[in-house]
Amino acid sequence: MTQPVLSGSIQRRLLILLFCASALLAVLLYFVVQSVARQVAQQSQDNILAASALSVIDSARSVDGEVIVDLPYSALSMLDSVTDERVFYVVRFGEDVLTGYAELPRPPLSKARQTAYMSADFLGEEVRIASVSRSFSADLGRDRLEVSVAQTLSGQRQTLARSSRLALGVGAGFFALAAVLAWLTARATIRPLDRLAASVSRRGPTDLRPVTAAVPQEMAPLVTSLNGFMSRLEASLNRSEDFIAEAAHRVRTPLAVVRTKAEIIQRHIRKPENKAAMREMIGAIDESSRTAGQLLDHAMVSFRLDSLAQEKVDLASLVNDMVERLRPVAEIAEIDLVIVCSDPATIQGDGILLQNALRNLLDNAIKYSPADTRVEIRLTKGDTGISLQVCDEGRGFPKAGDADLAERFTRGDNVHGIVGSGLGLTIARDVATAHGGRLILENNAGGGACASLFFPSS
Amino acid sequence: MRKLVFSLVLILVTARVAAFEIEDHSTFGPKQAQEVLRILSTTDTAIFAPMIQSYLANNPDTFIDYTVASSTDVMGAVLQQSQPFDLVISSAMDLQTKLANDGYVQKHVSGVTGALPVWAKWNDMVFAFTQEPAAIVISEAAFQGLDMPRSREDLITAMRRNPERFRGRVGTYDVRQSGLGYLFATQESRVSETYWRLTEVMGSLGARLYCCSSQMIDDVASGELAVAYNVLGSYAFQRSDLDGIRIVLPSDFTTVMLRSVVVPKTAPSPELAGRFADHMLEQAHSNSGNFDIRRWLGPSDGAALSRINLGPGLLVYLDALKRRAFQKEWTNAILQ
Repeated sequence: MTQPVLSGSIQRRLLILLFCASALLAVLLYFVVQSVARQVAQQSQDNILAASALSVIDSARSVDGEVIVDLPYSALSMLDSVTDERVFYVVRFGEDVLTGYAELPRPPLSKARQTAYMSADFLGEEVRIASVSRSFSADLGRDRLEVSVAQTLSGQRQTLARSSRLALGVGAGFFALAAVLAWLTARATIRPLDRLAASVSRRGPTDLRPVTAAVPQEMAPLVTSLNGFMSRLEASLNRSEDFIAEAAHRVRTPLAVVRTKAEIIQRHIRKPENKAAMREMIGAIDESSRTAGQLLDHAMVSFRLDSLAQEKVDLASLVNDMVERLRPVAEIAEIDLVIVCSDPATIQGDGILLQNALRNLLDNAIKYSPADTRVEIRLTKGDTGISLQVCDEGRGFPKAGDADLAERFTRGDNVHGIVGSGLGLTIARDVATAHGGRLILENNAGGGACASLFFPSS
Repeated sequence: MRKLVFSLVLILVTARVAAFEIEDHSTFGPKQAQEVLRILSTTDTAIFAPMIQSYLANNPDTFIDYTVASSTDVMGAVLQQSQPFDLVISSAMDLQTKLANDGYVQKHVSGVTGALPVWAKWNDMVFAFTQEPAAIVISEAAFQGLDMPRSREDLITAMRRNPERFRGRVGTYDVRQSGLGYLFATQESRVSETYWRLTEVMGSLGARLYCCSSQMIDDVASGELAVAYNVLGSYAFQRSDLDGIRIVLPSDFTTVMLRSVVVPKTAPSPELAGRFADHMLEQAHSNSGNFDIRRWLGPSDGAALSRINLGPGLLVYLDALKRRAFQKEWTNAILQ
């Protein structure tokens, strides 16, 4: 069988595509989680800074017309509660610095915005600054009291590193899960194709019925064309069988007429050389007519095999009938047909086919046996099964058990001078196979061939 | 030889530039040593010398220059950044924290600092190597016939009941002068209201104000003072030469100060400084030997210990407004 030309694999392609998509989504997820975490971390830091600044501004009061800010201990210590942070603050009244780090950058505050945040570098480290302001009355008049509190970012970095690891974990986990799902999906997608392939390759060599199993929508065109292809193939096979049978039939009838005429003419011929020529002619006509007959048989057998009848066949009487029917032919060739053994045996199957098979075996035996010999027929029923054996004393098979002999139009290489089509053993084998048995070809130790139809007891 | 000349020049220059009052100055190890470590400290040389010697025992090729100054001067020297000191050791944990917070200190990370308990380090910049309690030092003679006070309440009661015995014989830190006194006072006022009541009682008895623990201890020992409040326990415990004094760690809560070490940004040999700091911390935190970090805490079970936390909270009382307000309130309480 020709190996198909491969171009990639659907499953692999699907897997790669799904893997790529999963990886892309995982990376996306990583960045989304990280950015959300960054925002949350930033926000919570801002909230703490604002709370600290508010607690400072809440401690402000006016004493003797002076603005006094009583820095609450917690205002700064709360900023250091989880991680060690450097902390800076400044309190301004208008443009005057009341206390704290005068150099600390000021986030842009306005009347409308009472809270503002910014990131900046201060004293050699990056800090986050929160400012709150409120209007405050003192001796100098009313002005804005503004408190800024700043904090280094080690805690935030730590949180970010943690959430980054989490995001990495989430992304990797997502990818792993998606990869497993992708693999399952790819397999599930491919499964109907595998099923179809298996159901087609499981079929017998002559099974050309259309595929009726349910298939997914996408595979419908494939199955439709497969079915169409198979029905065309079947039609074409049937047509050629019909054609052969028809041809054989058409040829056989005129041949019979020609033979009869030739025999009549032969009787009137005196000259020995003419007589010999005529005999050769009759021999040739016999061969043709026999071939045509076997072609017909074969077509009939093929047809009946497609829908094998299941009737009870009495093999003993079948053997008896067939031997009696062929006895005249055998006697002409001076061959003695002997039923050596005839056990009562029945088999489920098609009587006509079995008959045909036996006739072909007997035909062969008669044909290949020299004159004054015996052809022995044995019908035996044993523990393992039923054996219908035909043995002759002829030249034997060229090589015992040569299965090729049963192929169509194949004949042994020791058949010179004998008329034959090469279809007889084929028919016998097909029938045996159709009945669950087999054709066994072997040579007798004392010369001659044995062909057996063996039907194992099921 | 070049090294020696260089060191000499350095010392001369330092001496000339020094804008602070050097209380003591000593050197250890060979002058020709490969490595020179300069330490600026508030700790008396006699107390710290064993630490230096234990380091030199393992690293003989080191020359160590040890300068003692007051905590304010130490802070000022680091702020000026003109003094090439490698290590700064100070009992003023608030000032050390401020130096670190304001960027005058470099980080030091090592296996030793990694193993430190959380309370003993801040931001990998400030490292604590002692725990020193604020104690009440009592003259046994003055308390004859009275119960030994175990807590601040006991002390308040004793003073209220016997004002004539204690009048003019109560001593404590002048928080306007002493950084350590200010630290103890602010932390105690944060923890408990008792502090203010005690201060008022002491004020009403005409408390005497001191700059330093050792003077208070001396005066108690001589009988001039009946009781000294908030004396540095570590100093008191070391005065085994004195009889008739009793050191009490108040059972309600005992404020614990941490002596700490930092490596200034301007350190000429930060690597050597780190090694020496590691040696100090190892000695202190290994729970053995002369520098065991728990040796001054006495037999107390630790429940009443109120350790001052390293951290930005310490900056609060360094705030000028806050300081002014606190000192005003304290002055009102103590000077009546």
